[in-house]
Amino acid sequence: MSKPRVATTSLCGCFGCHMSLLDIDERILALAEIVEFDKSPINDHKDFTQRCAVGLIEGGCANAENVHVLRRFREMCDVLVSVGDCATTGGIPALRNLVPLGECLHEAYVAGPSVHNPSGRVPDDPEIPLLLDKVYPAHEVVKIDFHLPGCPPSADTLWEALNALLAGKPLALPYALLKYD
Amino acid sequence: MSADPSLILDGREIPFVPGQTILQAADDAGVYIPRLCDKPGLEPFGSCRVCVVRANGRTVSSCTYPASLGMVVESETPELQAMRKVLLEMLFVEGNHFCMSCEKSGHCELQALGYRFGITAPQFEYQFPHREVDASHPDILIDHNRCILCARCVRTSRDLDGKEVFGFVGRGPHKRLAASTGSRLKDTNADVTDRAIDACPVGALLRKRVGFAVPVGQRPYDTVPIGAPEPVQEARR
Ligand code: SF4
Ligand code: SF4
Repeated sequence: MSKPRVATTSLCGCFGCHMSLLDIDERILALAEIVEFDKSPINDHKDFTQRCAVGLIEGGCANAENVHVLRRFREMCDVLVSVGDCATTGGIPALRNLVPLGECLHEAYVAGPSVHNPSGRVPDDPEIPLLLDKVYPAHEVVKIDFHLPGCPPSADTLWEALNALLAGKPLALPYALLKYD
Repeated sequence: MSADPSLILDGREIPFVPGQTILQAADDAGVYIPRLCDKPGLEPFGSCRVCVVRANGRTVSSCTYPASLGMVVESETPELQAMRKVLLEMLFVEGNHFCMSCEKSGHCELQALGYRFGITAPQFEYQFPHREVDASHPDILIDHNRCILCARCVRTSRDLDGKEVFGFVGRGPHKRLAASTGSRLKDTNADVTDRAIDACPVGALLRKRVGFAVPVGQRPYDTVPIGAPEPVQEARR
């Protein structure tokens, strides 16, 4: 039987959740024994090669590209897991939801004290993914099967969850592994 | 010798003193009923509804409902636990709770209840409401983003500090905490030693410059759930 495939991505996140996954230390060898990584920054595969058992989503959706990638993960993965506070709540990027988008861009590209932008224009190249009106948690965009909050979730949390999911067992995190910070 | 009056809580007979609420009787018997707006020593308020129970078949808040002789109370049923969980989820989405950068994280009763109820993500959409921060006072700050309108500060200031620093303004979704003698906290007689500040269950009312003192892993709710015997003592401090 071939190994179950796992795909991962970082949408509007900081890669901290991926760092936490690497933080499982030598257990990554055991993980490599039981799974094959498909599309993931870990192996730098840019697109899916085939359908995956588990997709790990770091980050929420801040722009159109995030939405596109997230929908692709939903399409290609049997089980989709939101990993980290940005995916489950919007997280730190969602602080911008408290300020209208126009004001946010004006501060970042025009009025901010350290900005040097003589044209006074906000970047609008069509190559740049369009920003959404606000940052959305992953489950407000597609159906998410499991959530692992934390900023980031600890290596132990990710390890426990992955093992349970891959073994087809119910995901019941011990108290100390469910954290919002 | 006549026996103390008693009620039945989840099949167990527990005594009560006439005049006690269901929640007070349960506390005295060492049975934890989840709650947020209730705090021992303060007048019951009944706003958060997290302490919901079924008493003789009626759904009531146990912090305000008087215990009575032979009353049959259900608390730990799947239905009531589900109701409490929904109430907690609503509190999370109707404010702005960025736990990862909150001084109260690890000490917060709302967060601790989220953990206790195993909430990994709320089923409702995040509202991201516009809320203000009042940092006008030199030593105390109000972050309305995290306020759950429990009135613990209002009651503590009024009844224990003898001050009335806080009150509410507005109604329904517009209701918010306000400094009662002026528009800003600096215009009140609030003081850094007020017991009202310690009464806040969340990170809405904070002393400045003292956050993040306890390392992650050693905070009250890092390893022991709220309602377990030790942290309950901690929360009541
Ligand atoms: S008040 Fe509590 S729930 Fe809200 S952000 Fe702070 S720790 Fe989290
Ligand atoms: S500031 Fe704290 S104690 Fe006061 S009403 Fe808000 S949440 Fe409750």
